Amino acid sequence: MSADSRIRIRYELKRDDFALDVDLRLPMRGITGVYGPSGSGKTSLLRCIAGLEKPTSGKLIVAGDVWQDSSASIWRAVHERDIGYVFQEPRLFGHLDVRSNIEFGLRRREHERAPDMQHIVSLLGLERLLQRRTDELSGGEAQRIAIARALLCAPRFVLMDEPLASLDQARKDEILPFLDRLHAEAEVPIIYVSHNIDEVGRLCDYLVVMDHGRVVADGDLQSVLVRMDVPSLAGAHAGSVIQGQAQAYDERDDLTRLRFSGGDIWVPGRAAGNADTLRLRIRASDVSLCRSMPEQSTILNIIPATVETIQAEHGPSMLVRLVLGTDRIVARVTRRSVRELDLKAGDKVYAQIKSVAVRRQ
Amino acid sequence: MSTNNLLGPLWLSVQLAGITTIVLMIVATPIAWWLARTVSRWKPVVQATVALPIVLPPTVMGFYLLIILGPSGAIGHWWVELTGNALTFSFAGLVIASCLYSLPFAVQPLAAAFESLGNASLEAAWTLGASRLDAFFAVALPLSVRGYLSAIVLSFAHTLGEFGVVLMVGGNIPGETRVISIAIYDQVESLNYSAAHQLSALLLVVAFIALFGMFFINRRWRQR
Repeated sequence: MSADSRIRIRYELKRDDFALDVDLRLPMRGITGVYGPSGSGKTSLLRCIAGLEKPTSGKLIVAGDVWQDSSASIWRAVHERDIGYVFQEPRLFGHLDVRSNIEFGLRRREHERAPDMQHIVSLLGLERLLQRRTDELSGGEAQRIAIARALLCAPRFVLMDEPLASLDQARKDEILPFLDRLHAEAEVPIIYVSHNIDEVGRLCDYLVVMDHGRVVADGDLQSVLVRMDVPSLAGAHAGSVIQGQAQAYDERDDLTRLRFSGGDIWVPGRAAGNADTLRLRIRASDVSLCRSMPEQSTILNIIPATVETIQAEHGPSMLVRLVLGTDRIVARVTRRSVRELDLKAGDKVYAQIKSVAVRRQ
Repeated sequence: MSTNNLLGPLWLSVQLAGITTIVLMIVATPIAWWLARTVSRWKPVVQATVALPIVLPPTVMGFYLLIILGPSGAIGHWWVELTGNALTFSFAGLVIASCLYSLPFAVQPLAAAFESLGNASLEAAWTLGASRLDAFFAVALPLSVRGYLSAIVLSFAHTLGEFGVVLMVGGNIPGETRVISIAIYDQVESLNYSAAHQLSALLLVVAFIALFGMFFINRRWRQR
């Protein structure tokens, strides 16, 4: 038995206007985000993994099974690869009703253990849509059906190519909770392509950042997000993700106290039950710094931190990476403040965190 | 004129058109599929060849077919060796000639349907475990059903109304090659106008019903 339960990818693809050159090992668990600006090769990478595109040279090994190896002339056709694929558009089959759409892959793949249709249908909230025709669906419903269809062919892993990009914000907000549930309950690994850092920060465990057809960073979500040397992670997208355990809920003020490695942090609302692990996304622009503990402040979360690195940005601002316990967060401050406070690596400061987006882990 | 003289040629025409349509659906599908999806530089050559029967006078096509299908022609010679019968002036020869004559009317609607289908649905089917052939029958074909309807009706109606090619290749043998259009010509030649009227009216009605049926069903599908 092979000890390597990862997806090993080595692709080289050359076109007139585009080149893809990646060498990756992805975990076969959780959600792996593939993030980067449009044209960075995310979708090409996904299409190569699915076999929809053939790289000039390449190798794909899934948990020890060789799916393609151009040096040994090994090539599995698309339908022979145990994957699920969710495209940007739902791509439902117009001549079939919803149920037949979902069962399309179920009937075509051989299964060691038949996928639980009931479970997947209820996971994506499709019970009442099964008899519908596909032209009677909203965009959000259609995409949920496309996700169920991909899951129901019992894939080794699911590839999702910006499944929310063609939807408006309201439809996105409708689907995201289902993806959260998928993340929490489904055992199948997902490779999730997105150019939206908030989606990535919310859903993913592992992160690959691409630019111009190359991988510029990859690793655990938390450690990659605070890489300030990666241009697409800086600028307006700069931020970080930390994890905390719910400690107590304060009913009078409707706040929940969470504990993370750097101390306690208050978040609005009843976040979760005690000891539930929660994911907190903190944008760099929501963090400011003080030399001393402010006596009176409307900001609830003021946490001692150590400056790790400072990096200039375009314009008047700078990014400061802070260490809090074993976690790292990023703050955006003005160049003037850095000069006037004389901030440098190793300094002890207080991080004021203005707002936090909370997700159940 | 007797009912047999009236219905015999009509029945022969319908048989010819029916068989031709069935053969064409099988033959035209891979050609149309290739035309819709290829990026080969031979595509315009094939397109032009398939479209030739639209512009060529039926006599030109009929003349070449007469030579090719004749007992000393490439196909005709082989057919004689295989079956012992000549292809020219036979029903089998008419079917072959009609298939070539009506080919563009089958290929063009199908190619248009396959083109508008695009890659999206097929890719989705492949990723769900369908092989190329499976994806064609399970997804491409049902989604192109309106293209097939057009191709079927146009091939059938066009073969029904064929005259020049039949005259050149098939002649005028009752029960074998004397289709309705030939019978009408025959009656007019012998100044038998009332029989020509009856046959003409019959063909007019059949052709109208076929075309009306297509547009009617097409409209119903669009409304769904």
